[in-house]
Amino acid sequence: MAGELNERRIVATSKAQDLVFAVLGIIVLFFAMAMLATLVADLLIDGLSRIDMQFLTDFPSRRPSQAGILSAWVGTTLVMFVTALLAIPLGVGAGLYLEEYAPKNWLSDLIEINVSNLAGVPSIIYGLLALGFFVYGLGMGQTVLVGGMVLALLILPIVVVATREAVRAVPSGLRESAYGLGCNRWQVVWSYVLPSARPGILTGAIVGLSRAIGETAPIITIGALTFIAFLPPSPIQASPPFLNFDWLNSPFTVMPIQMFNWTSRPQAGFHENAAATGVLLLGMTLVMNGFAIFLRYHLRKGLRS
Amino acid sequence: MKKLVLCGVAALALTACNQNAPADKGGVDRNAIVLIDGSSTVYPITEALGEEFQNAAGTRVTVGLSGTGGGFKKLCRGEIDIATASRPIKAEEVELCKQSGVEFIELPVALDALAVIVHPGNSFVDCLTVAELKTIWSPEAQGKITTWNQVRPGFPAEPIKLFGAGTDSGTFDYFTTAINGEEGASRGDYTATEDDNVTITGVGGDNFSLGFLGLAYVTENAGKVRPVPIRQANGVCVAPSVKAARDASYQPLSRPLFFYVNKKHADERPHVGAFIKFAFSPAESEKLVAEVGYVPLPTEAYSLALAKFEARKTGSFFDGGSRVGVTAEELLADAGK
Repeated sequence: MAGELNERRIVATSKAQDLVFAVLGIIVLFFAMAMLATLVADLLIDGLSRIDMQFLTDFPSRRPSQAGILSAWVGTTLVMFVTALLAIPLGVGAGLYLEEYAPKNWLSDLIEINVSNLAGVPSIIYGLLALGFFVYGLGMGQTVLVGGMVLALLILPIVVVATREAVRAVPSGLRESAYGLGCNRWQVVWSYVLPSARPGILTGAIVGLSRAIGETAPIITIGALTFIAFLPPSPIQASPPFLNFDWLNSPFTVMPIQMFNWTSRPQAGFHENAAATGVLLLGMTLVMNGFAIFLRYHLRKGLRS
Repeated sequence: MKKLVLCGVAALALTACNQNAPADKGGVDRNAIVLIDGSSTVYPITEALGEEFQNAAGTRVTVGLSGTGGGFKKLCRGEIDIATASRPIKAEEVELCKQSGVEFIELPVALDALAVIVHPGNSFVDCLTVAELKTIWSPEAQGKITTWNQVRPGFPAEPIKLFGAGTDSGTFDYFTTAINGEEGASRGDYTATEDDNVTITGVGGDNFSLGFLGLAYVTENAGKVRPVPIRQANGVCVAPSVKAARDASYQPLSRPLFFYVNKKHADERPHVGAFIKFAFSPAESEKLVAEVGYVPLPTEAYSLALAKFEARKTGSFFDGGSRVGVTAEELLADAGK
């Protein structure tokens, strides 16, 4: 009798604790969401009315109402393209090697610690490295390519760590069965491990790219421009070979730089422009993430069948 | 991953459709670019000049935002055609240029007035002297001068809240030189910011605050803050304004802003000379400088500056130091000789 009462009390206490934690969780979630919603709403109220075709197709100007972000969004798109092209293959390759190929010794431990630490290095350090090494050391100048390279370096640790986590989460039964069927290591990695790890890798790539798209400090450090009223040469041309890589060596600006410049100007009109740029940057990040989520969803479906 | 790449190519194709090549004007080298970098204070002027020059001549202009110091470094490396500056070039920067064999032509392009501001509801501060400002801002004031009645006995015994430019800015350098007599010497216990809009918000939010910033910010925020007149040597109180800065009656807080042109580039690249001619034609310059909130030089100063450029007179008027109260006429007195 006494024992039963005691048990009931324990159950009741546990339930109460559950409830308290659930309520606490909801409150915390509410605060976080409210904060985010306030920020986004503030940005939208200030900036939404400014976004129109003119804003997207005009170059920067001294008159807030005539200023646009054509050179900035084209710059951001090109730089992100270079960043993704460099960071994803390199990061995934490095992650796969560390997880599947590297012997477990002090050297790989050292590399592992360093990669994790690199993820926490302030972005301006990468900017200084790029300025000293790429821009002056190698004489590459302040170009789209260098911008893409510095951002790729910046997010490389994120992609590496995400890849390793994803690869580690692949059930070892899968690997062992494949080995059992006579696959060699490369075949196992390429045909079994990589496809199963792809959703996780993609998440890491997206987290990385979302960080890169909003970075200002390293891009300013390498000396990206603020006023630039022309676009890089088109990557596609009418005559053979149809592809043109001159844009890689073109000077550029990116959206966060325009925002940074506009927020510090005295005229209220420029502050509106900055808010509008913020909204568009948010939109670009959302589109990028949405595309990745879509891709991940389809890859997962493919895995199940 | 293939899809990702495909999408990227699609995005590039999209940008290709948007190619808005600048209008082809006869005889203009499509690849010629006037490369400008430097001060964020001068940026609105350079942006306006760049925009109009590109429209008028078809030559491309790019402007960076590396700061005055960063601009001089690039100038001395020979990377850019023009460095913009909110203070004169320093001795060590002159040395740097000398080492790499870069000669420069120093041209004042506009004036900027610094304004001391208070809350619009502050009725007791009618005018301040430089000595009073020094009492407030000197390094010795740190932790000691905390209430208004310590500045002048008649003022209320209310705490002063101070706002001002951060130590990285040319505004800070100039304000400390002009008020405290030594560049960089200032109390540290004030709200320092690189963004003058923060100073506006701060001063506008407290009845007993005081701050300093560029005149353009005061004009744009009329009603939110009130500029304080400064007592001149002749005893007259002068409020900061474009007119007062232009006729040099507002002292010591008005300063010249500069272009430093790479002489070799000016000789070898015709588009650089064309840009300077455009920038220093009084009609264009006066209009554009005033439009972005700065103080145009006196009209005759523009032709003097142009003459100095044409004569390719190199070197700095300031001999590596910073001086207070230099007028554009003095700066250009030896121009063209």
